Parts: sequence; C-alpha cells; structure tokens
Amino acid sequence: MKSWHEFISMGGYAAFVWPAYGIALVVLAVNALLPGRRQRQLLRELRQRAPRPGQTP
Amino acid sequence: MFTWFHKLASPPYFYLLAERLVPWFAWASLLIILAGLYGGLWLAPPDYQQGDGFRIIYIHVPSAWMSMFAYAVMAVAAAIGLIWRMKLAHAVSAAAAPLGASFAFLALVTGSLWGKPMWGTYWVWDARLTSELILLFLYVGYIALNQAFEDQRTGDRASAILTLVGSVNLPIIHYSVQWWNTLHQGPTVFVGTGSDIAPGMLVPLLVMIAGFMLYFAAFVMKRIQVEVLRRERNTNWVQELIDKP
Repeated sequence: MKSWHEFISMGGYAAFVWPAYGIALVVLAVNALLPGRRQRQLLRELRQRAPRPGQTP
Repeated sequence: MFTWFHKLASPPYFYLLAERLVPWFAWASLLIILAGLYGGLWLAPPDYQQGDGFRIIYIHVPSAWMSMFAYAVMAVAAAIGLIWRMKLAHAVSAAAAPLGASFAFLALVTGSLWGKPMWGTYWVWDARLTSELILLFLYVGYIALNQAFEDQRTGDRASAILTLVGSVNLPIIHYSVQWWNTLHQGPTVFVGTGSDIAPGMLVPLLVMIAGFMLYFAAFVMKRIQVEVLRRERNTNWVQELIDKP
C-alpha cells in the first residue's frame, strides 16, 4: 500500500499537483460561500428599506 | 409536462423550490467529490508515463467539462429568455456565468500546471487551450455586458445575444483536438462507444464529474435566487417573503 510520504510527494510532481488542487479548493469554496452571503445581504437590505415605497429608493 | 415547466418558470415557485433543494445538492456534491478524490488521489494506479502527475486530471477534466456545460446552460437560457421573454431564463444565465467563468479559469490553471512538467511549458497557443481561453473571455464579456445597462432588461437581452453568438465556440473547443494537430491530448474518456482510459482511473473521474455537476446544480440555484431577488425586489411576492420572520 502506498506510504503517506509517497502520497504527499505525488511521485515527484507535488509542486504541480498540490497547487492545482489548492487553487481548485479556493475557487470552489468562494463560489459556494459567496452566493449565500449575497442572498442574506440582499434580504437584509430589502427589509431595511422603507415599507413599500412606490419606486425603488 | 408543460404545466410543470410553466410553474417552474415562475420566480416565486423557483425561489422556494431552490431554497429547499440547494442544501441537498450541496452536501451530496461534497460527499461525491470527496469519494472521487479518494479514488483519484489514493486508489487509482499511477500512469505508466506521467506517474502520479496525471492525478491533476481529477479536477482538470471536470472543470473543463463544467466550463462547457455551464455555457450550454447559458445558451439555452438565453434563447428561452429572448424568444419567450422569460425573466427567470435571464436570471439563470446571469447565475451560471460566474460559475462557468470559474470553471474555465480552473481548467486553464490546472491544465497549465499539468502542462509544465509534461510538455515543458505553462502555455502554448494550442487549439484546445486557445479556444478555452476564448471561452473565459466570453464569460467575462457576458458578466460585464449584463451589468452595463441601467435597465436590467437591456443588460439581460444584450448579454443573451452575446451568449448565442459565442456558442459557436463550444463545438470548436470540443473538436479542436480532432480538427487541428494539437499538443493537447485527443479524445480519451469517450472514444466512440468505449474509452481509452483504464477503468481504475476512469471510475474516479466519472465520480468527480458527477460531483461537479451536483456542485454546479446547487450553487447555480443559489445564485439564481439572488438574481431573481434583485430583479423582482419590487414585487409583492418578494415583499411577502421579506415580511415573513
């Protein structure tokens, strides 16, 4: 079975494999967290708005 | 069938449906991606030429596939939005664009990190790489154009037209490795009815693609909710939504 060390070194390609996975993790995490935050933010803004103005403020 | 589609097209119905579905898709995608990573990074055998370096495939190929899939979703939504003037369709396009752009960016970056050890370069003006870069520019162009107008309807229509014009790029990306003599790998995963990739390597890849599809479903729905809220903030159903505690 593969040793932990072999796994980390990725057969000598660690310098390319792990950064690729790191960047992917960041991009996927941002795209997962940002929309939810923006939804809550928008709902908050809409709630603080004066009740039912005719036009958007 | 049509009544279901018609009901789904109504923003309040979609908003509430998405509110229920997103968590399921999100958690399912996380589990499946973790399983795919375990298969791809640990179980799958090293490549006889590239050794463990080939394991970048498990995010490169799903990202590239999703970058095209997201654009296909946008193209269909753009057509529906323009033909039937359905606001929700434009919200779908606007929601899919940033995700598609992220996938295209990931495909290019992970491909570049894979190319350096294997080809000896981070970039080459190869047909596949260049057409994928153009896809990224199309995404950025869509996002800019969609927000360029005071009236959101104008932005939606203009960017929908750009999406349709740009969709010619999808077959070019897909067939680039066959039409031109490319440094990039030719068709490997789906070759006719079979596949040129060893099952032990293929299974984790299919699992990762399924995981990315679920991820896309979850977070495009969440972004559609935001786009719908933005476009419909003066409607009664949004007002009722807000008044609820």
